Amino acid sequence: MAKTSIKGHLDSVEEFERVHVPKSHWKGWGSFIGMYAGEHTAGTEFVIGPLFVAHGVTAGGLIWGLLVGNLLAVLSWAFLCAPIATKARITLYYMLEKICGSKLTVIYNVVNALMFCFLAGAMIAVSATAVGIPFHLSMPALNDWLPNSIGWIIAVFIVGAITTVVAMFGYVRVARFASIAAPWMILVFVAAAVAVLPQLGVKSISDFWSVAKEKIWTGVPLQGQSKFTFWHVMFFAWFCNMAMHIGMSDLSIFRYAKKWYYGFSSATGMYVGHYIAWLAAGILFSVLLVAHVPAGLNVAEYLRILPADQLPSPAPGPLAYNAAGLAGVICVIVAGWTTANPTIYRAGLALQAIRPKWKTWRVTFIVGILTTLAACFPALVMKLLEFVAIYGLILMPMGAVIIMDVYLIPKMGLKSNYAAIFGKSFNLAAAIAWIVTLIGSLLLNQLLGIEVFFLGLPGWFVAAFVYVVISWLIQKSKVQVS
Amino acid sequence: MLKLALKIISYAGLVLTLIPSFLVLTNGIELNTHKNLMILGTVLWFGTRPFWASKSKQEV
Repeated sequence: MAKTSIKGHLDSVEEFERVHVPKSHWKGWGSFIGMYAGEHTAGTEFVIGPLFVAHGVTAGGLIWGLLVGNLLAVLSWAFLCAPIATKARITLYYMLEKICGSKLTVIYNVVNALMFCFLAGAMIAVSATAVGIPFHLSMPALNDWLPNSIGWIIAVFIVGAITTVVAMFGYVRVARFASIAAPWMILVFVAAAVAVLPQLGVKSISDFWSVAKEKIWTGVPLQGQSKFTFWHVMFFAWFCNMAMHIGMSDLSIFRYAKKWYYGFSSATGMYVGHYIAWLAAGILFSVLLVAHVPAGLNVAEYLRILPADQLPSPAPGPLAYNAAGLAGVICVIVAGWTTANPTIYRAGLALQAIRPKWKTWRVTFIVGILTTLAACFPALVMKLLEFVAIYGLILMPMGAVIIMDVYLIPKMGLKSNYAAIFGKSFNLAAAIAWIVTLIGSLLLNQLLGIEVFFLGLPGWFVAAFVYVVISWLIQKSKVQVS
Repeated sequence: MLKLALKIISYAGLVLTLIPSFLVLTNGIELNTHKNLMILGTVLWFGTRPFWASKSKQEV
């Protein structure tokens, strides 16, 4: 029964992998609006909101930073990713194979799969913080990098094992369950935050802004955390899904869209998940902070003197339990599990593309073990902002390569789809563009101290420029000959 | 008719998930009452929503 189910699912996943999606399978707005709203209200949102508080962003910096950053993300989906997707109507992997060749695509797949593993690991860790509540598990602290107890490892392994087994055999049902849970999850986020506002001193909506500035987003970072500004928030909101929009991973999604402007449907995910949910999660964490403020001090003064070893844990499970009781705990488990599950499955598919003869369940099993091991390390959750930024940065150059290959390369008299046209398995221009961008970003970070959140923008231009120049050098003689 | 009843119960579940929090804000109910109503709303939503959720709608 289970084997039949997963085989049926795999058959559907592999559909149109190497051909254009036929018109009969194009989908309307509804499919994309629901998918983006659900996918971007994930377990990790419970962590990102508190981390903004920990990084000492101001209320104005957060509100405006998220507004602008999320808008830029939506525009990136709508004007960069979706138009190419609806023009080519093929997956990212197939497009990369045609441009970069099979060997370079294999390397991309391995990197992509590893990133998916770490991302799913963070989601599993989020769920584990909720599973541990009945057992009074000691939660990882903000500056913890290593597992802090055997109990934590056991909780992670339980969640990891269940997630992996379900990913191996029951993906379709989880996807359906996730779609059912999505509207409820969003309401739990909102309700949890609203219910604890009186604990912060909010008696009516008119009190909110002054409390937000003085008690929630005070502008004072916790010990050991860097200071965030409007620019940090804006670039983080824009680039946290950089792999998907500018990096073109969502070509695989929008190839089903009837029109390019369905890219704007990503706004549901950005403004529900990456706006409302992040604000709500931040409020939950500040309740915990405010509860510890001694008499005679305001929140900002307290945060300045709070020692690093006494920082409260931003673990989502207890935060949600405090605000929403059992429903909050269920929400954290469901949010982490339903998003970790497809992420593990996608990581498995990315690896399977390297060796199509490998059994999917075996690949998923191996990916699940890697993911669970990664989830044991709280650093993955506590440094989630940095990890997500690095994840986008690493995969972004291939998006720049695709944009140049589709729009600029033909106008220069060169050939798009270099690998497919010239029968190459390794496009040196794309490889050099990728490596130079990453080395350049590393140098900017290490030598000039530019934070990872800001590297994506210059990195994109470096990747695009290098790809065009090297492509011109490589193709010049070939195109002239032909 | 049954489907309509299930839909009403489902949406009542969502209402019970969200609205009590605003009553806490206006000092209408205690935080613990809100938590109890939320879990009731959760049970109502998950107990009824799967029975009228469209199975035909394909994932992208």
